Amino acid sequence: MTKILVVDDSNSIRDMVSFTLKGAGYETVEARDGREGLNTAQGGSFDLVISDVNMPNMDGISLCQALRQLPNFKFTPILMLTTESSGDMKQRGKAAGATGWLVKPFNPEKLLATIKRVVR
Amino acid sequence: MSVDLSQFIPSFLEESFEGLALMESSLLSLEVDDKETINSIFRAAHSIKGGAGTFGFEKVTEFTHLVETLLDEMRDGRRAINPADVDLLLESVDCMRLLIEAARDQSDYDEAKVAQTSLDLSKSLAGSAGLPGEYEADAGNAAPPADGQQWQLTFIPELHLVKTGNDPLLLFNALADLGALELSAQTGGLPSLSDMDPEELYLSWQLILTSSASEQEIREVFEWVEDECQLELVRLTPEEQVEPEKPPAEAIPEQPITTEKSADAAGVPVADKKADKPQVKNKQDAGSIRVGVDKVDNLINLVGELVITQSMLSELGNDFELSKLERLTSGLEQLLQNTKELQESVMRIRMLPISFAFNRFPRLVHDLSKKTGKAVELIIHGEQTELDKTVMEQIGDPLVHLVRNAVDHGIEPAEVRLANSKPEQGRIKLDAYHLGGNIVIEISDDGGGINKEVVLSKAIDKGLVEANSSLSESQIFDLIFEPGFSTAKQLSDISGRGVGMDVVKKNIQALGGRIQVESEQGKGSTFRVHLPLTLAILDGQLVRVGSEIYVIPLIAIVESLQAKAELINRVSGDMLLYRLREDNVPVLPIYQLFNLPADTSEVENSLLVVVEADGQKVGLMVDDLLAQQQVVIKSLKDNYQQVDGISGATILGDGSVAMILDIPGMIQLAMKSAQKNQAQHYGSHALAGETVS
Repeated sequence: MTKILVVDDSNSIRDMVSFTLKGAGYETVEARDGREGLNTAQGGSFDLVISDVNMPNMDGISLCQALRQLPNFKFTPILMLTTESSGDMKQRGKAAGATGWLVKPFNPEKLLATIKRVVR
Repeated sequence: MSVDLSQFIPSFLEESFEGLALMESSLLSLEVDDKETINSIFRAAHSIKGGAGTFGFEKVTEFTHLVETLLDEMRDGRRAINPADVDLLLESVDCMRLLIEAARDQSDYDEAKVAQTSLDLSKSLAGSAGLPGEYEADAGNAAPPADGQQWQLTFIPELHLVKTGNDPLLLFNALADLGALELSAQTGGLPSLSDMDPEELYLSWQLILTSSASEQEIREVFEWVEDECQLELVRLTPEEQVEPEKPPAEAIPEQPITTEKSADAAGVPVADKKADKPQVKNKQDAGSIRVGVDKVDNLINLVGELVITQSMLSELGNDFELSKLERLTSGLEQLLQNTKELQESVMRIRMLPISFAFNRFPRLVHDLSKKTGKAVELIIHGEQTELDKTVMEQIGDPLVHLVRNAVDHGIEPAEVRLANSKPEQGRIKLDAYHLGGNIVIEISDDGGGINKEVVLSKAIDKGLVEANSSLSESQIFDLIFEPGFSTAKQLSDISGRGVGMDVVKKNIQALGGRIQVESEQGKGSTFRVHLPLTLAILDGQLVRVGSEIYVIPLIAIVESLQAKAELINRVSGDMLLYRLREDNVPVLPIYQLFNLPADTSEVENSLLVVVEADGQKVGLMVDDLLAQQQVVIKSLKDNYQQVDGISGATILGDGSVAMILDIPGMIQLAMKSAQKNQAQHYGSHALAGETVS
């Protein structure tokens, strides 16, 4: 089963993303910030990472950079879930190795539609 | 495909209010160059905006966007942190709270305030480098294109494309979802095998897409790789169109993925209609508690223990012999211990640190000190002291009143303070601690104190006390809680206290608590609020009247005594007064009140339990005093109906039900019957006047 790591410091967003993904038949693992996300990622392999950008302890951009250093995550799609859709933000995301971004407000249908662009 | 997200609204709301509280407290403690604090404030605003957008709370989203933009400038260092902006942000937090509450309750809010703050935010933003961008809700589509339009795409990815986790195959699958796709790979860029880096992408593609999708929709598929590829998109005129040679399913070696198209993919928030009118329960019953995992773990452990004890006892119960008696006794003791611990742990689940109630005070003092022009420092102690959630909710307003009074009336203006060689900055201290089975909350100030003479003379003017009565200091201070004082505006200006204090006292008493005042002229005042830890359990005195057992809340009892015949006065009709030192205490025979056959109907030599509420003392006549014990309160209203003079019921060890006496209610009953009995004016006078003195 496709396994997705969901990283967000907001309970409700995390719950919603997980709920939506599980409903579509994906397996999800949750983490509450970048640091926790990185720890979780180190302990397993995932087909996709969806991460918030603004988080305490470790933000999404740093998480992305750190993940790309791990052999397991060299080609793993990493989507940034963010309200910041500015070019600057996308540039930073890209530079860190992010695959793409999902712009909040969170929309379940759009989430499911777009992650098909990155996972089989 | 529709996903119903409304079930997540309560959790979003809870999170938002926590976020607002964090923003507020962080703003109050914000110092220049405090990057981490600004970041956490920004994150809170950011989460609220994201969630609000998801649930279609557009007003919250729009407003929060402005707040976020301002915070973003501070975060990036484009804007210096200054008091004016901090105040503006505090105002904004209020507005966000209003908007979220309005969204939750589907109610109105103070539009003028929000509009004004919104304008202020825009002005402040306009004055800086970064103009507020329009909030980028996902734009809808352009006009729908003609059906079956053909597009020619040239897609030349950069070598490193796959290293960002993108995969051309999946992009083509997404395109295939939009219509019929035909593609051919250009392999010209491939190096010789020895030069090839397997992690690079050397191919490029030519694609023909026949689709009703708009150009924007097609480009959206390549949204994430637009900077890492060359993409040409040409709309073919009818003459240029080609018939697809093969069905698209063969063109792409994998099953195309079914995807909801057009409108859905373009992202109109799904929560649309539902979220406009979210199905949120009313605030009263939406309450939830976040409980620390340690508390839950502890409970689970205790239940484990209980199960072990239970199985041990039932084991003993099989073929019981007298020789096992010792083990039975120890088993029962263990059961008792477990039950007690379990009870305490369950109670602790409802306990929250009082910081929940104290959190609003830094803001309150900040605003008040601004409004009054007095510099005030707020010191908070004991914010980890835990208090029952229900008590906490109800004590908030009285505490606000006391703190407001302390700033408004307690602390003197700077020039007065300086003249009295005090530091210019006043100081208010909030403290919470446990004392016995109660919690004590202290609000103290280092202000001017209460002027006893002024209070007393005002009380005499108001007719609350006799002109020649001699009162103790604490009795004089208690006068400020008299209802008559609340209208005495002048007094509050002179002595500084009194407005609405009767309501404060009433609210505290309704919680089964009491309030004390200490004050020293020129040094300041301390208001001490005693509260029970929980409303679910009560320390009670069991008393017997005839064959009935009643529970009297221990906190209400002043003393219990054996009535002496010579101290009893009979006045107007049935009215009895008992001379208790300098007081005349009306006697309330419980057997009469509840129509019971009692051991004795004579006051002489019966037992009196003197109780006090609202400054009134009454002697309850009972047949016998039994044990004191903690009782679990069961609501009569929920299980039966409201009964005058009874506040609830409890179940005793032998399984019988005992009523808990409602002392303030009984005193009111006594007052009423005294008024009814008013054959002589003396009766009511004694109740109203004498007990004060």
